[in-house]
Amino acid sequence: MAGAGVREFKRRIRSVKNTQQITKAMKMVAAAKLRRAQESAEASRPYTETLQGTLARLTAVAYDVTHPLLEKREDILKVGYIVVTADRGLCGAFNSNIIRLTVQTITEDTRDVDHGIIAVGRKGRDFFRKRGEVDAEFVNLGDNVSYADAREIGQYIVNAYENEELDEVYIVYGKFINALRQVPTVVKVLPIDPPTKDEEVEERYVEYIYEPSAEEILLTLLPRYIGSQIYNAMLESKASEFGARMTAMGNATENAGEIIDSLTLKMNNVRQAAITDEILDIVGGAEALKKGGK
Amino acid sequence: MADNTFMLEIVTPEQIVFKDEVQFVVVPAVDGELGVLVNHAALVTALTIGVLRYREPSGAEKKMAVSGGFMEVVDNVARVLAETSERGSEIDILRAKDSARRARERLTQRNENINYARAQLSLNRAIARLKAAGEKLD
Repeated sequence: MAGAGVREFKRRIRSVKNTQQITKAMKMVAAAKLRRAQESAEASRPYTETLQGTLARLTAVAYDVTHPLLEKREDILKVGYIVVTADRGLCGAFNSNIIRLTVQTITEDTRDVDHGIIAVGRKGRDFFRKRGEVDAEFVNLGDNVSYADAREIGQYIVNAYENEELDEVYIVYGKFINALRQVPTVVKVLPIDPPTKDEEVEERYVEYIYEPSAEEILLTLLPRYIGSQIYNAMLESKASEFGARMTAMGNATENAGEIIDSLTLKMNNVRQAAITDEILDIVGGAEALKKGGK
Repeated sequence: MADNTFMLEIVTPEQIVFKDEVQFVVVPAVDGELGVLVNHAALVTALTIGVLRYREPSGAEKKMAVSGGFMEVVDNVARVLAETSERGSEIDILRAKDSARRARERLTQRNENINYARAQLSLNRAIARLKAAGEKLD
């Protein structure tokens, strides 16, 4: 009996519809969170830009300042990688792209150096923990990136750097281009390459008073600069994560729609075939009766 | 813009906390308090944990707790970059008192697991918050 086939199709369509509702909801949630993440990124810009501007001016004035965070080391024994991934999956290739870039950067480093991972986000931590490479982890930080977390990570790497446990530190994160495009990126954090003023033409020369001195201000600024760099990378990565999730869930919703369409079509075929069969049966039976009755 | 006011901006990594015209501002610089009036020369100064005071064009004085950072003054714009900053009126006094007490306790204990520098900073922050909120210190 063909009715069982139709019922089976109905069951499957219902199940796909449920999945579609979930992916649709996830897409909308990701879109809302993306907006919030972009707003926080926007809000952090005045701080970052002023910090960079002042730092660039200070390094120009106090060019002879030596500070361990500014010095390039001759012997590099161990390189640290801060890997910023999401805590959760279902965001397309976002996490695996960042992890892949990290692994690729490590393998392409031809120097004879050790490396350690500072994992920010659970997905990256899980991957590198299996390889036994995680030095420190910062997970379950939530959807709202806080500066306090970034500062703590900054403090960790500055300590490790000053104790010569690490000789170079990079951060790997998802650079946010737009909601549809995120580019995994590696940026050097330590030693600090101070920002330079070259792109921006100095409008006019301003003689600043430095209190207590340019050198001392510079020294207090450097750790802050690292904190703000990490904070920005985390913010961008968060926005990228939501962008990626939005796209992934959008695609999933679309695919579910296609499956539903094709299942509905097949179901109608089966039902139609069943009806045709029944009509043929009835017609056949009636004919037989007619013949028999003659 | 009135003649005797200038722009004060207080910026933290997470937001712009304050942006308005003021008559003057006193910031906790590393070598003691430092006041800025209109038409100040270009200046960059490092700040410590403490209380920032400013006077609104109406003459009212307000206080804020700031934790470290620096201030840049140029062209009648004073921009304070601090890691955290709270308005005196928005400070949770009980919480600040609590953290001051905790930090004091830690400082009096002898224990090598305690990071004294960190406890001291935490105490300084709590005191600054209490002062900004206009609380008396015990």
